[in-house]
Amino acid sequence: MHKQTISSIRRALAAREYSSAELCQHFLDRIDSANPELNAFITVTRESALAAASQADEQLAKGASSPLLGVPLAHKDIFCTRGVLTSCGSRMLENFVPPYDATVVSRMQSAGAVILGKTNMDEFAMGSSNENSFFGAVTNPWGEGRVPGGSSGGSAAAVGARLVPGCTGTDTGGSIRQPAAFCGITGIKPTYGRVSRYGMVAFASSLDQGGPMAATAEDCATLLACMAGHDPRDSTSIDEPVPDYSASLGDSINGLKIGLPKQYFAAGLDDTIAAALQAAISELEKLGASFVEVELPNQHLAVPAYYIVAPAECSSNLSRFDGVRYGHRCDDPADLEDLYKRSRSEGFGHEVKRRILLGTYALSTGYYDAYYLKAQKIRNLISRDFTTAFETVDMILGPTTPTPAFELGANSSDPVAMYLNDIYTIPANLAGLPALSAPCGFSGELPIGLQLVGNYFTENKLLNVAHQYQQVTDWHSQLPARFA
Amino acid sequence: MQWETVIGLEIHAQLATRSKIFSASSTTFGSAPNSQANAVDLGMPGVLPVLNREAVAMAVKFALATGAEIGRRSVFARKNYFYPDLPKGYQISQFELPIVGAGEVRIELEEGEEKVIGLTRAHLEEDAGKSVHDAFPGKTGVDLNRAGTPLLEIVSEPDMRSAREAVAYARKIHSLVRYIDICDGNMQEGSFRCDANVSIRPVGQAEYGTRAEIKNINSFRFLERAINFEVERQIDVLESGAEVIQETRLYDADRDETRSMRSKEEANDYRYFPDPDLLPVEIEDSLIESLRATMPELPEQRRQRFITDYELSAYDAGVLTADRATADFFEQGIEQSGAPARLACSWLTGEVFSRLNRDSLELSDAPLKADGFANLLARMHDNTISGKIAKQVLDHMWADGSSADEVIDREGLRQISDSSAIEKMIDDVIAANPSQLAEYRGGKDKLLGYFVGQVMKASKGKANPGQLNELLRDKLQG
Repeated sequence: MHKQTISSIRRALAAREYSSAELCQHFLDRIDSANPELNAFITVTRESALAAASQADEQLAKGASSPLLGVPLAHKDIFCTRGVLTSCGSRMLENFVPPYDATVVSRMQSAGAVILGKTNMDEFAMGSSNENSFFGAVTNPWGEGRVPGGSSGGSAAAVGARLVPGCTGTDTGGSIRQPAAFCGITGIKPTYGRVSRYGMVAFASSLDQGGPMAATAEDCATLLACMAGHDPRDSTSIDEPVPDYSASLGDSINGLKIGLPKQYFAAGLDDTIAAALQAAISELEKLGASFVEVELPNQHLAVPAYYIVAPAECSSNLSRFDGVRYGHRCDDPADLEDLYKRSRSEGFGHEVKRRILLGTYALSTGYYDAYYLKAQKIRNLISRDFTTAFETVDMILGPTTPTPAFELGANSSDPVAMYLNDIYTIPANLAGLPALSAPCGFSGELPIGLQLVGNYFTENKLLNVAHQYQQVTDWHSQLPARFA
Repeated sequence: MQWETVIGLEIHAQLATRSKIFSASSTTFGSAPNSQANAVDLGMPGVLPVLNREAVAMAVKFALATGAEIGRRSVFARKNYFYPDLPKGYQISQFELPIVGAGEVRIELEEGEEKVIGLTRAHLEEDAGKSVHDAFPGKTGVDLNRAGTPLLEIVSEPDMRSAREAVAYARKIHSLVRYIDICDGNMQEGSFRCDANVSIRPVGQAEYGTRAEIKNINSFRFLERAINFEVERQIDVLESGAEVIQETRLYDADRDETRSMRSKEEANDYRYFPDPDLLPVEIEDSLIESLRATMPELPEQRRQRFITDYELSAYDAGVLTADRATADFFEQGIEQSGAPARLACSWLTGEVFSRLNRDSLELSDAPLKADGFANLLARMHDNTISGKIAKQVLDHMWADGSSADEVIDREGLRQISDSSAIEKMIDDVIAANPSQLAEYRGGKDKLLGYFVGQVMKASKGKANPGQLNELLRDKLQG
């Protein structure tokens, strides 16, 4: 059952080939046996999942057909879930049980999804390796001792090992796409504003965007259709109708023009990844797509600009964690300042503190213009580069990551080396564009991802190209031997 | 040395919206602690602000009332600092691009002199909660009912030169926000609060002196006292050879003094930046025009109209239009009674105001309502009672809320206008005072007053004074 995609699961459930309860039990058993090694889940909601599965079975028996009815899924632990621990990978929220659901959570619930648990992540979504979790690092199912990527590392590892057929993730600088690439799955970061951020613990508000992670583009289309849409509780969510992403999956890509940014295929890209991308380009050419080189001249400014904007916003967003109303509070505070200092020193991990300090500095009087304002200007330049490129091409293709999954601990002492992991993914966040990663080969035993970046609200096109590609390749359906 | 005082005010007017500026919680004052704070007000993880359009409309109305520029594209910014009653660790305010730009208001000083005070800007922001120090022994509680209440912070230019000017300006803004119905102006409940920036400089010097910001002023009386105290303090500091330091000072009404809260060195770096959770506020012409159509008559226009239409003095018109409730009370009084405006004006500013002062009441809380006032005026106007009796009637109305008609009937105070009844009383008085009659007829005209008094006494004050005078003169002539 676990080798099935969400699409086939939906058909099987509708045909009563097995029940949602049986299916969920199967995945829960897989979680039980694999999680001690992978550490992909922070919380497993066994009882509520089985209860929801039985309810879904009753609905299915009545012939009900909501899009995710009875389908087991999991949420990244950044999404608030009513009555269920929402830790955000932090000691700060180790005890935080929200009295409300994130909009994404309630939408998927009303689509009938059965939630098996909450997945591990880098603390407050800050990291590219999932080593920054208070609940411990996650292991990549494809290689012992390898990181799953981050920050949605738990979600990627869980889907990669098929402990669950699909998960939610969030992507601020690549946190859906980079772990998807490392774990051999498909993930899409939608256009900024496409998916509500309400109830999603904020890291960098102007960059954060939730999205689906699953084995195939087709499954991502199904999940995204349930997640997306205007939410009056999020002022930055956009009031545009949600297209039927699955409906455009059959469209021919003959005549499609895809840009290859010169800057994405330059020095620093791993040879095996470059080769895998060339092979993917050939496959897409066979399907009728044509490729041209495009310029994204300000790409090299993306990582520096990101590491001003994201920390600046995070330094403010994380101020609410002060030990006063919820979350970690130090023992016996001597006075107010002691309460703040110790609660925050104890509650936050290293990387989070680093970014709060960085962001506080960037926003300080006398530095604001030189850092924050300049970074915002660079954002505009980067957006304009893409706008220019999209005048001649339909979308852009490149690598998701410069290297395959690295070893645990490899970059722990060098934050800049770690930050450079997101060199190809960050530009789409800065510009607010949709971007997808899909598996396109292996470097040794480790999966490789290709990235597609599209113009605003062209998720359907990206999903369709990935889907067409997945019709003629089988990288997406391979499983690590240990979890087959 | 001669010193000149320089004052600028920052006024926080709480906007009279039903719900908070970024959440759907109610803004009602005085509810049980934290009963009006939802997940957004509590700053829970992942929740987001959604702008209340009503607050925007109110800010635009303020701009229209003061002829100020309207920020067609204003931006909410985060003001970052830690405090227990500030749930998110930042206050959502406006910084570089406020919703209301430069404008001006005209204030009237005592000698009929006018002065224009510049408005620098006004911006929207959310209020913080309250720290509660007396609820738990040894601990501080936090009540977030007020957190997220919409405020319009109105910043003036440093154009005021005395505490009296500052009070006149503050009263003018207070009157204006109530006129246009954007703030209830209740200072006890903190709906209208002032911070004063005060500095002094030698007369003739162009540069401003170092200023102190005085916070926590919640009445006009305290505003005047706090500024006067602060000016004296700064003069003492400078004349002793020391320097005024830039700092925030707290006004302590009990001790009538200001004292240091924090100096510039301890001040926060607020690290303002545009709030990425909120879009810039774009104000369309159509919104401005629809709000313009709903604007009431403003105090200045109303004052002019009172002078022209009711032939009132500039002073009386100013007093009557200083706040909307008084002007409405006055106009309702004349419209319902048909009495002359001058009668209504002298009764309102005289008898009614003196009773308000005596009882420390606002007109809105007075036992006399506008229709009661009209009723009283009507009975004077149709000669049912004299002005003198009317004072007694008003006392009864004030005491128990009765109408004038009820009091007049109950107390038997109807004026006697029946000539034969008055003549009878006159005859009796004349008969009882033969020697005074002789003196009067001998040329001692002053004795007329004596006879009036005697007849009035006999009528228990109810004789129509005009009729009495006329009839009495005739009878005394013989």
